[in-house]
This record gives sequence, structure tokens and C-alpha cells, in this order.
Amino acid sequence: MTDAAAGSAAPIEVRGLVKRYGDLTAVAGVDLTVNAGDVYGYLGPNGAGKTTSLRMMLGLIRPTEGSVRLFGRDPMQSVRALDGVAGFVEAPTFYPYLNARRNLELLAAFDGGGASGRIDRALSAVELTGRAADKVGGYSHGMRQRLGIAAALLRDPKLLLLDEPATGLDPGGMRDMRLLVKRLAQEGMTVLLSSHLLGEVEELCNRVAIVRSGSIVYEGEISALKRGAGTFYRLRTTDDVRAQAVCAAQTGVIDVTRARGHIEFTADEPAVALLSQALIESGVLIAELAPQTVTLEDLFFSLTEGDGTAGSGASDGAGHPDRAAGELVGPE
Amino acid sequence: MGGPGVVTVYRWELFKLRHQKRTYLGLGASILVPVLFVIAVHLRRSHERGGGFAFSDYVDKSGLAIPLVVLLFGAIWLFPLIAALVAGDIFASEDHNGTLKTVLTRSLERWQVFAGKTLAAGTYATVAILLCGTVGVLAGSLQSGFNPLQSLSGTIVSAPRATELVYFSLLIYLIPIAAIVCIGLLLSTVTHNSAAAVVGTLMASLVFQLLGILPGLGGLQPYLLSTQFNAWQGLLRTPIDWTPIIRAVWICAIYGFASIFTAFVVFIRRDVAGG
Repeated sequence: MTDAAAGSAAPIEVRGLVKRYGDLTAVAGVDLTVNAGDVYGYLGPNGAGKTTSLRMMLGLIRPTEGSVRLFGRDPMQSVRALDGVAGFVEAPTFYPYLNARRNLELLAAFDGGGASGRIDRALSAVELTGRAADKVGGYSHGMRQRLGIAAALLRDPKLLLLDEPATGLDPGGMRDMRLLVKRLAQEGMTVLLSSHLLGEVEELCNRVAIVRSGSIVYEGEISALKRGAGTFYRLRTTDDVRAQAVCAAQTGVIDVTRARGHIEFTADEPAVALLSQALIESGVLIAELAPQTVTLEDLFFSLTEGDGTAGSGASDGAGHPDRAAGELVGPE
Repeated sequence: MGGPGVVTVYRWELFKLRHQKRTYLGLGASILVPVLFVIAVHLRRSHERGGGFAFSDYVDKSGLAIPLVVLLFGAIWLFPLIAALVAGDIFASEDHNGTLKTVLTRSLERWQVFAGKTLAAGTYATVAILLCGTVGVLAGSLQSGFNPLQSLSGTIVSAPRATELVYFSLLIYLIPIAAIVCIGLLLSTVTHNSAAAVVGTLMASLVFQLLGILPGLGGLQPYLLSTQFNAWQGLLRTPIDWTPIIRAVWICAIYGFASIFTAFVVFIRRDVAGG
């Protein structure tokens, strides 16, 4: 692959990625594409195969089947595939008996291409300049996370892969990490962010892949996922029994369920308007009728804890969240 | 200027070795053992002389015999342990620190990392042996004088020529040490565990020693790695006996290449799943 071709290829293209350890399938056919400029969330519960996938993307683990291309290059073929790519999987690691600056000097030497000239800027970016002379063995978890980002920045990357960068950080550290990733993304860097912090992903990412048991159950824009989930409403009335019957009979109102003290259903706005009229005409008075906000967390639990059918429906953006975990159905 | 390569890794591995305690443990032993030996010789003066081993009768006559006696006894466990301290650790410590993934996601091919580390482990072992020999020469000369040395054939060799022979002996000694280093690297690569690799390397060396003294296995002895630690004695004969030296070269090459090739394949193909 020429440099020109590499420049036009997607930062990450994963096709049919499988990793088996004996009888255990850690990754079961992952397909995903990260486009230039994406801040891409890679979500899944513990043991879903996220880190194994990331390791395969970085050429650390040999796939059993399938392919990874970083800017069109195969990281298993040559380390040149990592040109313009940086990041870390799980916690970033360094030589504990060397100080931060020496660690970065070592990594910069291993990077070549003027990386050593970026050390001061990288330390400054993560606010570790004042601690650069301290041995990394004495660093806190948060400081190591920040040093991990600094080590990644040495490579002047176009693509950044971060595995749980905010894990173990205090609230201030998490906020700083979020701001840093946001700033890097605004500077044009493509970011793949594996995280358990769904609020963080929702705030930072434009696209996500949700992985469950080694397989992708949704890949696409967060906004499309939310749209596909539809809008659900919470209804409280003077007579919930009659109200439920009216809802069930109303065109455009679906998934009607009666919870303790209220009714929930999915509908679009015109259908809700007609429903309110029908309720009044039936003599049912409305105490509360309010749309409920679907969060990425709702969608995540729907897709990763549901019956596993979410994937096919959700992959085109037609996903349908649980309103409360384990209570409601998955996708249509 | 080219990009990073084997020399880059090698330089930084040496830098890392300079910042690790185990390096100084091994080098310290290389200095301390000949010094302690000289002290023992000094204290022994008023007691029984001689010990029945090669050069034992000469340690009082020439300080140049001291490093040779240290080589003789060091073959059993001292030098294999010193070599294993770094060779057994150099890959396994990356697993222990979780830094292999950090290094392998930079701009270096795996073979370059492997080669740089292998060279560094070899350099350390070489420095340790040469340091031990040099300290032995200096301490021995202070104790017994910089005198001519009687060879194993009974001829007298001048002190300058004997010094040359001591250093050539050290170089010959490095041949089996290199094989030990390769075994250490193999265990370091396979076990991912520094302690297991260091102890395993030492145990392998001791097993060779034991095989050499087991009855009925005499035919095996010329081909044991432990036997090759005595090859340097061929230099101390008149004329020089090259047979054990040549045999040491090819036998150690077999042990060494088999180990290093296996280590290389394992390292190149391994999944870096931990750390």
C-alpha cells in the first residue's frame, strides 16, 4: 500500500475479526469501520472482547480469522501499519525504575521521526512537566493514565486508540481526560475510545459499536441509535385500567405496559396528541403525560442484557431500548 | 538518518540495565568473588597449601593463576547465575512490568526488539566475565605478584604472555556462557516469569553438571554444555590444544542456536495478551 492510498483509507477497518483461545471465543466476528474524524465509542460489558479486539487492532494479538486495516495497512504484517497510530490497551505501562522523562525519551527513540522533539509539549499537554523527573514507580494511577496519553502524543498520531482512559481516575481526573480527548478530537484526530463510562461516551463520541459476547450488536451513530429506539412516554391518569385499554386501542401507540402507578408506551408526537384526546373523550383525566429521555445507558443495557436480538434490528439504527433493564422488550 | 532499529533497542536496553539493581548484583559478584578468593588464599598461607585442582599449586606463585581458578570454580553455578540474572529477566521483566505492549506499539518490528535485547544480554555477560577476570588479575597480582605462570604442560610462561592467555581464556569461556545466555533468553521468552527463567537457567546448568558425573554416561560428557566450560584449558597447554576449543564452538553453537531460534519464533509469534 502506497502512502497516498494509506492516506485515503479509513483509519480503522475491521472485517470478520475472530479470536479463539481453545474452546473459548473471545471475539466472534467483529466488523467495524472508523472513519476519519470520528470519535468512536467501543462499548461492551466486561469480558465482551473489547480489549482483545483493541490488541488485535494494534498488532499485539494475532487474529484467528478476519482482518484489521489501519489506514489500509495490516498491523500483523508490519509495524509500519502503526504509523500515525498511537494509544494504549488497558492501563498504560512504563518502566517503574525510570522517571517519566526517561520513559518518554525511550519511547521517542523507539518512534523515531522527531518524536523526541515532542516530549516537552506532550508532558505539558497532560500537565506532568513538574513531575517529569520523578520515577514512574511512584506515580498514581491517574498520573500514569496521563503519561500514557503523553506517550501517545509523541507519535503525533492521526488515530488514537484509548482503552478505558478514565478508569480509576478521580472526578477531576475524569473531567480533565474528557476535556483532553475532546480537544484532540477538535484538532482533527480520529479517536477510538473504549469505555465503561456511558455518559462520557455519549458526550464525546459521534459513533459507537456495542459489543456483546465478542460480537457487535450495534454499529453506527449514537443519534441514529436513539432515533431508532423511538420515544417512550410515561402516563399517569385517574383510571389506569381504562387508560391502558384506550392506549392499546390507539393507532400508533405500541408497547403499552402498566407499571406501578403509571403506564408506559412508545409513540410519536402526533399519536400522543390523538391519544390525549381519546383519553379525555373516554372520561380518563390525565395527571401526567411526559416523554422520557432515552440515554445511551438505556440502549446499552437493552443491547447487552436483552435477548440478543437487538443487534440485527439495531445495526441499521432501528434499535429499541428497554425502558428499564429487564422490563421491556428489545428491538422490533 | 534511518529510523529506529536494533542499535536503538540495544542502546536503551543497556541504559535500562544501568538502572536496575540486578545488574549491579551480577557485576558486584563478578568483582567480589575474585577478591574473596584472594583473601582466602592470603588467610590460607599459614595452613595447608594446594587443593588438587588445576592451578591450585600455582596461586601462591603467580597472581595470574587466580582468575583461572575462579573460572574453574565459577563454571559450576556462579557464572551461569550471573549470565542468567539478565538473560532470564530481559524479556520476562517486560511481561512483569506490562511494558511489552508499550514497546511493541511503537515503530519497531518485533525482530528488532528481540535482537536488541539479545545483544544487551550478551554484552552484560561479556562485561561480567571480563570484569571478573580483570579483578582477578589485579587482586591476584597484588597478592601473589605479577609473576610467570606455569602452564598445564609444566612449561613456564612469561607474565605478559600469561596475561594474554588469561584474556584469551576469558574469551573462550564466553562461548559456553553465550549458550547459557541463549538458554536464559529462551526461558525468559517462554515462561514470561523472571524468577522462573533465572532459576531455570541455573538448574539447566546444574543438570548438565550432574549428567557429567553420573556413572555410565561418560560417552556423553564431551557433548555436555558443562564440559565446554573447561575448553579454555587447551590454551594453557604447550602446544595449544585446540581440540576442546573447537568442540566447544560447535557444541555451544548447537545449544545456543537451538535455544535462541526457539526463543525468536516464540517471541515473534506470541500474543501479547497480558500487562
